[in-house]
Amino acid sequence: MTVTRGDTAKPPSPDARRSHVPGDGTAGAAAVEQARRAMLDDARPRRRTRIGADVVCEALIRQGVDVFFSYPGGVILPLYDVLGDYPEVRHILVRHEQGGAHAADGYARVTGKVGVCMGTSGPGATNLVTGIGTALLDSIPMVAITGNVPGVLIGKDAFQEIDINGITLPMTKHNYLVRNADDLPRVFAEAFHIARTGRPGPVHIDITKDALQQETNAEHPTEEQVIAGLPGFRPNMDANGRQLKVAAAEIAQAKRPVILAGHGILHAEAWDDLVAFAEKTQIPVAHTLLGIGAIPEDHPLSYGFMGMHGWKHVNRAIQSADLLIAIGMRFDDRVTGNVRTYAPYARIIHVDIDPAEIGKNVAVEVPIVGDAGRVLRALLPMVEAVDPAVRAPYFEELAEWRRDSEGSSWHGSGAWRDGLLSADYVVERIGELSNHQATYVADVGQNQMWLARYTGFRQPNSHVSSGGLGTMGFSVPAAMGAALGRPDRETWAITGDGGFQMTSQELMTLVADRIPVKIALLDNKKLGMIRQWQEIIYAGNYHSASLPGPDFAKLADAYGIPAFRAQSPDQVDDAIRAAQAVDGPALIWFEIAEEQNIFPMMPAGKGLSDLIEKWGGADE
Amino acid sequence: MSGDPASNGKAPAAAVGGLPASAAAGAAASAETSAVGSASPAHIGPPARALPGGGETRRHTLIAIVLDKPGVLNRVSSLMRARNFNIDSLAVSHTDQPDISRMTITLHGDDVAVEQAAKQLYRLIDVLKVQDVTSEATVDHELALVKIRATDSNRAEILTIVELSKGRVVDLSGESVIVEVTGTETEVDAFVALVRTYGIKELVRTGAVVMARGSASIEEATKR
Repeated sequence: MTVTRGDTAKPPSPDARRSHVPGDGTAGAAAVEQARRAMLDDARPRRRTRIGADVVCEALIRQGVDVFFSYPGGVILPLYDVLGDYPEVRHILVRHEQGGAHAADGYARVTGKVGVCMGTSGPGATNLVTGIGTALLDSIPMVAITGNVPGVLIGKDAFQEIDINGITLPMTKHNYLVRNADDLPRVFAEAFHIARTGRPGPVHIDITKDALQQETNAEHPTEEQVIAGLPGFRPNMDANGRQLKVAAAEIAQAKRPVILAGHGILHAEAWDDLVAFAEKTQIPVAHTLLGIGAIPEDHPLSYGFMGMHGWKHVNRAIQSADLLIAIGMRFDDRVTGNVRTYAPYARIIHVDIDPAEIGKNVAVEVPIVGDAGRVLRALLPMVEAVDPAVRAPYFEELAEWRRDSEGSSWHGSGAWRDGLLSADYVVERIGELSNHQATYVADVGQNQMWLARYTGFRQPNSHVSSGGLGTMGFSVPAAMGAALGRPDRETWAITGDGGFQMTSQELMTLVADRIPVKIALLDNKKLGMIRQWQEIIYAGNYHSASLPGPDFAKLADAYGIPAFRAQSPDQVDDAIRAAQAVDGPALIWFEIAEEQNIFPMMPAGKGLSDLIEKWGGADE
Repeated sequence: MSGDPASNGKAPAAAVGGLPASAAAGAAASAETSAVGSASPAHIGPPARALPGGGETRRHTLIAIVLDKPGVLNRVSSLMRARNFNIDSLAVSHTDQPDISRMTITLHGDDVAVEQAAKQLYRLIDVLKVQDVTSEATVDHELALVKIRATDSNRAEILTIVELSKGRVVDLSGESVIVEVTGTETEVDAFVALVRTYGIKELVRTGAVVMARGSASIEEATKR
């Protein structure tokens, strides 16, 4: 290969040359210059010793990470350079870092393990931020790794440098900036320990490029050493015995108790303990959005989904309860509505592993700090077995409310409505035709609420949804992670046309890595929840509620994904079965009714007793 | 409005008999209690649920013992900002243990809000111990340096005030004096108010540092 130089002018004499290096001649300046050169020089010696990047891979393997989601970039390249030496860890090349973070999140939610995502400095890191925030609000164990510019360049606004440590500080459980390879074994062991212990959450590790390249002999610490090195992190797992006695006494006296099951039950893998406790005490169980799956919905004591778009009968039960036993939930505003009018007759037992959650949103009578499973197991022998006959009048009333609620005109199969395809019908059929045994991953908005209400969940960790942050675009990438985490289950991404268009680039990842996600695209050509709020709260001022999309079948086809289309109720089952028959990813384009609302609905600021069940002429 | 809100809030009177006796004493981590227990007859309507806090606002002092790691001050201040707590003063220093720092945080809020702030601080991995010493017997001191405008005609007068206030002149120049005063926040406030009439050119205060009286030690409680 010949290189031609365009510049043939004579170079100036060496004496006339100036140096523009700040502080030239000093050791600091030399270090900066060397680092700058190193950024451009990724040459790797063929025979190499153990470097920081190796430590990262070793740590992932030690922590049992079998797959992680990442996107390369300049300063993370040293890691990519050694990745090939560690085939035990599967690397999924996503198409956008946000997709990687959601995928790690989805993986963590279905497996209970720590999900791992990675990106480069600057934009790679900021692209992860939405996914990290999603994981924080829903207490998802995650380790997010980013590269950063070489240590001596930090603070110099180097190419792709951003203060990502400062950005993730308030949105992680803990975060690290590692500038020395010798610190990597400790930091990784701590990060995984912190992410999964106590109330889970995301931990971010930012690693300078030179730390990835440095040679190191540092050894990986044991779990005991990790715990000893974190004196400020001692989650309180076991409840105070005195508080348990108080709780047992409250439960013994309650006439209209309701258990509020939250995400903490799933984190603690305490679903069997919950069912045992509910059966012994004969207390009906209502669940939060993220508490779906804590009890099978076909269990006689499962009463249903609470809150803003929850079942009317469930909210009625809460409003008339004399005792709420809240386990692993945090009385989010979507659950309580106006706190002043929330459960006005109820005393509250609140079990949570995070002391800061207790008394934060509602004042409670019996606070119990501890792991949901340990608390339930400790409480079980302290409560008396209740004869169902004792609760007969209560149960009869609840059953009557349930019949009333489920008999409402807005409920259930809407297939008959003017021949239009209704979203709840689609979701119901997906649940049925997958025998309620799949993983169902929601996006955000109306589709999320339809999914929560109508799928019919039977299994723990089978429902994946961005509850706290409400991150549109979550479904497809999270389903990607969920499918890899639980390959034994079918995985459905159920999304609206709005959320789908936010992260549809991951379709290519599904194809490239053969991840068999079935996508149910509920296309109403609208931002449905926005349209609903504008109709009901903003006097029908539909600004930006219409959302034209592409021909989704052609889009899927362009990626090489088989696409099916359903425009009327009679096409639904065939489309679902056809997608299920595909070996690999598939998409069903459900063209649903454009103006379907999700009812009941609790307007923001109102209470659980103020549900809207229809609007104007429409009562779908 | 053509809405049709459900009327499901009307709990039947029969629904609320036999409420359990009050039994929330001795809470493990917190003991927020509220008077929600007693039920009203349905025709009066349910009583409003008490919100957490809402009590009287007063000045609180939190002492936090933290690991001396990079960014720990940022973590604490960022948390207080994000959780909507307004810090009045924050003093940070080393302790006798090499890797441990001590923060004295004063803030205004009701008891429940400040308890919430303390619990949130506990969530930080680098925080070892947080104690609200507001209701305890404490030694409560801060130091201020005040650069006061002084002329030949009033310098003597200023020096008298300084002496009476147990202050100390640490710098003297033709047109100003710098005075160091220590004491409680109120004492420092009082001195500053006294000398304000002469003209304060500059003022710096350390913020309160607080230590509980008696032999108990918050620092020892965190020793490994």
